[in-house]
Amino acid sequence: MTTTTAPLPLQAEPREDNYVAAGYGLKSWLLTVDHKRIALLYLMSITVFFCLGGLFALLIRLELLTPQGDLFESEIYNRVFTMHGVFMVFFFLIPSIPAVFGNFLLPLMLGARDVAFPKLNLLSWYLFMTGGLLAMIAMMTGGVDTGWTFYTPYSSTYTNSQVLVTAVGVFIAGFASILTGVNFIATIHKMRAPGLTWFRMPLFVWAHYATSLIMVLGTPVVAVTILLVAIERLFHVGIFDPALGGDPILFQHLFWFYSHPAVYIMILPAMGVMSEIVSCFTRKRIFGYKVVALSSLAIAVLGFLVWGHHMFVSGQSIYAGLVFSLLTMLVAVPSAIKVFNWLATLYRGSIKFDTPMLYALAFIGLFTIGGLTGVFLGALALDVHVHDTYFIVAHFHYVMVGGVVTMYLGALHFWWPKMIGRMYPTFLAKVAAALVFIGFNLTFFPQFLLGYLGMPRRYHVYPEEFQVLNVLSTAGASVLGFGFLLPLCYLLWSIKYGKKVESNPWDACGLEWTTTSPPPKHNFHDVPVVEEEAYDYAKREALRV
Amino acid sequence: MFEDFSLFPDAASSYASRVDSLYLFLCTMTAVASFGILCAVVFLSVRYRRRADRAAEQLEGSLPLEIFWSAIPAVLFVGIFAWAAKLYLEMYREPADCMEFYVTGKQWMWKIQHPTGQREINTLHIPVGRPVKLTMISEDVIHDFYVPAFRIKRDVVPGLYTSEWFEATKVGTYHLFCAEYCGTKHSEMIGSVIVMEPAEYEAWLGGQPASQDPVEAGRVLFENLRCVTCHDAGKNQRGPDLHGRFGETVGLANGTTVLFDEAYTRTSILEPKHDIAVGFEPVMPTYEGQVTETQIQQLIAYVKSLATDTGEGQQK
Repeated sequence: MTTTTAPLPLQAEPREDNYVAAGYGLKSWLLTVDHKRIALLYLMSITVFFCLGGLFALLIRLELLTPQGDLFESEIYNRVFTMHGVFMVFFFLIPSIPAVFGNFLLPLMLGARDVAFPKLNLLSWYLFMTGGLLAMIAMMTGGVDTGWTFYTPYSSTYTNSQVLVTAVGVFIAGFASILTGVNFIATIHKMRAPGLTWFRMPLFVWAHYATSLIMVLGTPVVAVTILLVAIERLFHVGIFDPALGGDPILFQHLFWFYSHPAVYIMILPAMGVMSEIVSCFTRKRIFGYKVVALSSLAIAVLGFLVWGHHMFVSGQSIYAGLVFSLLTMLVAVPSAIKVFNWLATLYRGSIKFDTPMLYALAFIGLFTIGGLTGVFLGALALDVHVHDTYFIVAHFHYVMVGGVVTMYLGALHFWWPKMIGRMYPTFLAKVAAALVFIGFNLTFFPQFLLGYLGMPRRYHVYPEEFQVLNVLSTAGASVLGFGFLLPLCYLLWSIKYGKKVESNPWDACGLEWTTTSPPPKHNFHDVPVVEEEAYDYAKREALRV
Repeated sequence: MFEDFSLFPDAASSYASRVDSLYLFLCTMTAVASFGILCAVVFLSVRYRRRADRAAEQLEGSLPLEIFWSAIPAVLFVGIFAWAAKLYLEMYREPADCMEFYVTGKQWMWKIQHPTGQREINTLHIPVGRPVKLTMISEDVIHDFYVPAFRIKRDVVPGLYTSEWFEATKVGTYHLFCAEYCGTKHSEMIGSVIVMEPAEYEAWLGGQPASQDPVEAGRVLFENLRCVTCHDAGKNQRGPDLHGRFGETVGLANGTTVLFDEAYTRTSILEPKHDIAVGFEPVMPTYEGQVTETQIQQLIAYVKSLATDTGEGQQK
């Protein structure tokens, strides 16, 4: 009250009210029910799994530098590519955007204090970690060599690797996914702020709604399938092994019934991130908002009807192949619509090229190639030739890495200031984005050519004429590796040393930007009331110009 | 490492070039679309970069535009579907006059039997210009018989006959790969397909150790396993007479019908109670465990040979 004492500014400020400062002990993290802290728990754990999966990828590329198997025995190589797939698919890609950014942002975007079931949310993380630890135990006790697809009867009868432990790990992690889906659906239905109608929701929320539906409806099927493999392996009950009276193709139907929609569990949230970033950095409402929102639902529904396109050469009826191929062509349409709408959003925008926008522009290109090469694989006669070759490896890496990981990094660079309250070094971040883009294309583009030449996937040794393209791919992988390491370093650095930011560093729309960075423990001091459409950038632009 | 380097595989089968046309069409489509989108991104990014004196214009969307750009890919993709589907049906429905080979996959080798009974492992010699059908089965896990130069592959599944056919159009030696991951030595389950001039092929066949004709071997088995006791018209007949039956439709006791083909023959030997022919009692015992895949193939070859044999020859 007096002006005579010069206050020490740091001590005089009120105690920081944010979720990070709410507690520093281990217990405050491990027993938290705050969605933002749980999101950070996920962020830390999937970063570990990503590094593990990345290490295995590096080993694969090193081995394939030469045609001979000179780095490992085949037994080891098969375990390396299997563990790469298992960690990347089940423990990084599936949880990546939903579990980290979905968890962190959904309540903020909806103007809620937390998700609908905070304790269930924490349980999800524990289930996920239990699954992840089991997979790591499997890895340390010899690993699995079935490929991440666990095809029977190899997985159920013939292999002597750690199928059971891994299967139980994936099974348990599946429940984390189901519970997260249930939580998101309930949150979106019941926790929207006053005035926040369905068609005022950010497209990120729409994408997560569609994703959650797939998680809840699809994951139980893969859980049961994996359980059946375990039962056949343990008790020799004939389910999938014809020697016991089972049907090996039945496994593929059950597995892909989930694992194809799982592709959309990964890519839909990435599309949601895309819409947020594009609208912010063009200062525009997304062109065709409703179409983009509903196309997410269309993808979620159609995605359940195309699993048989993984089985055109499997011995499934060729007439089933016809139906699945036609439906596959149709599921490509809603994705194409989204790409056109993002492009149209650039038109007459006011575009700024901050790091998140660089990732968004990269995404448009990479996802276009990833999506269109999917049409190659959906075209029956062409699939016969390129199925199970490096062509498909390249295709799904364009979608999974070029699409999902690119947008995961985009999201990380967009919302990091909100999550941590500090900015990363932006120049370095742009360098990293360029490295990722160049390294990625150099790694995976040659694999399309390799695939059409006929190099089968999962080959430890290969004919010499394939070496040139493999060397290019390995060279690209090392650039890509640097591109991934760089953000890991500067983001960690920025936690302590980054420049502090205000609540809305990008001048973006959306309720998450109206609260402080990092947000307070309960997100908002007053319940927000929504009176505008999503992406109401017109007012901000009127102020700027 | 630059020797033999190329960006395009050999095309050595009757439909290889047609798959390539489809591929090149799709490559062109992808290149045009990607380049178009790249140009649009670059142009829009430069043209509408942020300036202090210009605000973004809000555009709500446009239904006609949405319909327009949904229809273009939809029509294009459905057209591609039809093109590819037509070719796919040709690939998996063999013409009538094929030379028939049997392929058995096992960890980690390919066992191949020629129509005339010669056997080889991990190599397949075939004459150029003749349609060849492979009937395939696995003894253990799933494999896949893939010949990139022919643009053909199909899974080789335990307990199920699958088939593929091709007509080689160019003499040469081509890669044979197992394309379905099958365990430790998956990448060593490889071999070659050697396409020869028909005369050379005949000469090669002649130079092979004389092996038993599969039909003859099947006939011997048919007698030794006592199949002949019941499957022969006569007073002891308890099962269907097999003359003139292969390739026909069989009426079943449960009212349905089934095509008398390789798969039906195999099922009837191993699981006789699975499909009971109408008018017969389910009395046949299973031969599961008593016959190898090779012996089943010989029995099928024999039953097949009976298709053109009306049974008159029995009298002699």
